[in-house]
Amino acid sequence: MQGFLALTRRELKKWYKEPLLLLITVLQPLIWMVFLGKAMNIGAVFGGGVPPELANQLMLRSFGTTDYFSFMATGMIAMSCLFTTMFTGFSIIWDRRLGFLNKVLSTPVSRASIVLSKILYATLRSSFQVLIILGAALALGLKTGPGFHPLYLLGVLLVAFLLCVAFSSLFLMLALRSTRWETPMAMVNLMVMPLMFASNVFFPAELMPGWLKAVASANPLSYANDAVRQFTIYRLDAGALLRDLTYLGLLTLAISSLSVYLAKRYLSR
Amino acid sequence: MREEIIRAVELTKVFNGLRAVDRVTFSVREREIFGFLGPNGAGKTTTINMLTTVLKPTSGRAEVCGYDVVREPEKVRRSIGVVPQEYTADEDLTGYENVMLCADLYGLPKEEGRRRALELLSLVQLEPFKDKRVETYSGGMRRRLELACGLINRPKVLFLDEPTLGLDVQTRASIWEHIRSLRGRFGMTIFLTTHYLEEADQLCDRIAIIDHGRIVEEGSPSELKDSLGGDLLTLECEGDGVEEILRAVEGVKEVRREGGEYRVKVGRGETVAPLLLRLLTDRGVTVKRLSLTKPTLDEVYLERTGRSLRDQEESPEQGIRQRVTLRRARS
Repeated sequence: MQGFLALTRRELKKWYKEPLLLLITVLQPLIWMVFLGKAMNIGAVFGGGVPPELANQLMLRSFGTTDYFSFMATGMIAMSCLFTTMFTGFSIIWDRRLGFLNKVLSTPVSRASIVLSKILYATLRSSFQVLIILGAALALGLKTGPGFHPLYLLGVLLVAFLLCVAFSSLFLMLALRSTRWETPMAMVNLMVMPLMFASNVFFPAELMPGWLKAVASANPLSYANDAVRQFTIYRLDAGALLRDLTYLGLLTLAISSLSVYLAKRYLSR
Repeated sequence: MREEIIRAVELTKVFNGLRAVDRVTFSVREREIFGFLGPNGAGKTTTINMLTTVLKPTSGRAEVCGYDVVREPEKVRRSIGVVPQEYTADEDLTGYENVMLCADLYGLPKEEGRRRALELLSLVQLEPFKDKRVETYSGGMRRRLELACGLINRPKVLFLDEPTLGLDVQTRASIWEHIRSLRGRFGMTIFLTTHYLEEADQLCDRIAIIDHGRIVEEGSPSELKDSLGGDLLTLECEGDGVEEILRAVEGVKEVRREGGEYRVKVGRGETVAPLLLRLLTDRGVTVKRLSLTKPTLDEVYLERTGRSLRDQEESPEQGIRQRVTLRRARS
């Protein structure tokens, strides 16, 4: 436990001791929110001749909210989790290259601690960004759903936490035995776009073609997005929320256990 | 006879068909400084990595402090300290934070860790710089910091991989001094690898010369030098029957005449030379010049590993690490 905390602290220190890095971590979600969030003004499609009543109804039926920015902004929480954790694996390659990993491997610290510290670090950093996204979204006019309670934001954090642990474990696994970046980098690139588009980040999965809907309905991002929206912009549906959280919880448990197992087995080459 | 603290039997590591370490058998006794000497890519680091449980041997076995490196890695890790070839200290952290990180990796209680960290930092003379970021350290300071990290758990055996790679002469000498004093102070056994002959000669009680993954020679530095056939006396003299006189002297192994010189191989040059001189003078031979050459480890090394240049057969990964180390050593 002590070794685990020390390794996590090492990563965190590198982050918060570097003002520029910290600033970028703050700026990045803000920029996304302002530019991407406000760019796709789908509500405007129904401008002009369409009566506002009908437009609102169409929006509500498709997106579950009358305001596309709110739909998008909440989707961005899961997206930011994906984007901030996708490089988790590279730090282990870096450690291997610099010889730090070998030194740590020669100490009695548990192999699980080595990967879990990286997972926790990525998760903490990502959760910090989620907080900023939430703040920015509220400031830019997020329309909360009926029955919204500020405590629900803790629920959002829980979802982000689960998703980040799952993603960082996944991306860490890809790099466990790598000595070079190229292959894991290509794999990450291959995975990120489909993960993002075959989900309900930008668009409801219900309106996608059948086969794509099937893909989206296995995608953890879809569950995370739905859960986040249940907590913020939808009228909370307990059944759906329970389904989302169960899926995410089980998946996260499975992936992180697998990464610990693989670390024990394969960190030493 | 002191106890054997490291024992390797037929230790082998194969990487993608390449036998990096090939049936290596050796043992190190308690409180000994034992050196693995060999060119780059000879298998030195791979051997250290197996002994320190970072790599799993392909076959063969090894024990460190009585624990098997494959079956009881936890126990091995608790009893050893490792100073890798690379500078592994985190550049963004201070020297003190780095040593404390190591203390935590060994699970030392906070107070104890803090006490030892400060003690070790002052031992390696980094006390005044302990709160500076490692980024600002020189090569020698980094190496000393690595030493402090490797000692935090009071190891019985300390592994040093190329402890002076890339350092200048003064710094190297001071690192040697530190290593010697460490053994005296903590009574540790030290296993080191080096490709600097001088380092092996100066520092080690016993040396194994390793090449292409195999041990080609083993012994104390003086034994290895003796194995070349002892010292060389070169004489320039005027007179008759010199060769016969020389051959008759006890301790003379070989006499050759090259140009106007006699080259005489003897066991102990400093005791044989006066004897030779007196005998020759008694027989009316005038000795105009006499010189004594002691064999160097270089000659042993070159004789055993061959004189051809090596294109290093090392992994790209190791190549990069070594370049990074060299660059930082010079910063």
